[in-house]
Amino acid sequence: MKWVLVLMLVCATTVGDVFRSLGMRRHGEIRDFRPGAIGKAVGMVASNSFVIISTCAMAVSFFSFLKLVSIAPMSFAVPMSAAAFIPETLFARVLLKEAVDWRRWTGVGLILIGVFFISQ
Amino acid sequence: MPETSELRAKTRLFAVLTVLTNVAGNSALTKGMHQVGDPGNTPAALIGALFHPWVALGVALLIVWTLTHMALLSWADLSYVMPVTAVSYVVTALAARFFLGETVSLMRWAGIVLITSGVTLVGRTAVSSSGPV
Repeated sequence: MKWVLVLMLVCATTVGDVFRSLGMRRHGEIRDFRPGAIGKAVGMVASNSFVIISTCAMAVSFFSFLKLVSIAPMSFAVPMSAAAFIPETLFARVLLKEAVDWRRWTGVGLILIGVFFISQ
Repeated sequence: MPETSELRAKTRLFAVLTVLTNVAGNSALTKGMHQVGDPGNTPAALIGALFHPWVALGVALLIVWTLTHMALLSWADLSYVMPVTAVSYVVTALAARFFLGETVSLMRWAGIVLITSGVTLVGRTAVSSSGPV
């Protein structure tokens, strides 16, 4: 059960972040932060299919994390939630065509080891 | 294409907002849910928990988190935003130290140093490297 939840959590977080990034890239850079413009942007983004998929995946991720925390210690659940950094970085490189250089990979590696230490 | 200092400043500001709303939102939600106790799995009980003040504050902050995170991703790379906002793990540990008086073990300090180094390293890369998708 524990590992099923970890798998759900990692997959849902990855789908959520990658689709959120895709959807927001498609929307374009947000430059206007006046209340009216924010309201308009929220309306546009809410009808963006990538963002809708992302929001559903984020909800699955949120509830899998809550469930995982209820059956496993935080020292296990927190590092496992950070494991999504690896597939997300891969998808950022392959799907989103981002320039993932050695600094980004090394940074992700340091953060993952750090999250493991900090959760103990 | 060199990045403008305006873009980097805007990115910093939104990264800070994303991290603070995330940490504060999760903390408020955790505090509220501990006070509510296990609501069970029925939708009615979960909706009922939303009316608890700390839970409501947590949910409101997490909505702000979602909006700032989405705005950030409208111009910055996912492989930049994700590692940089991981500084929230450090903020959570330090908040527990200063607000809850939890002791920070040597291992936790090592984690804080490692995460901070990783965040600094990624923070030195270009904010945006990909074109429209």
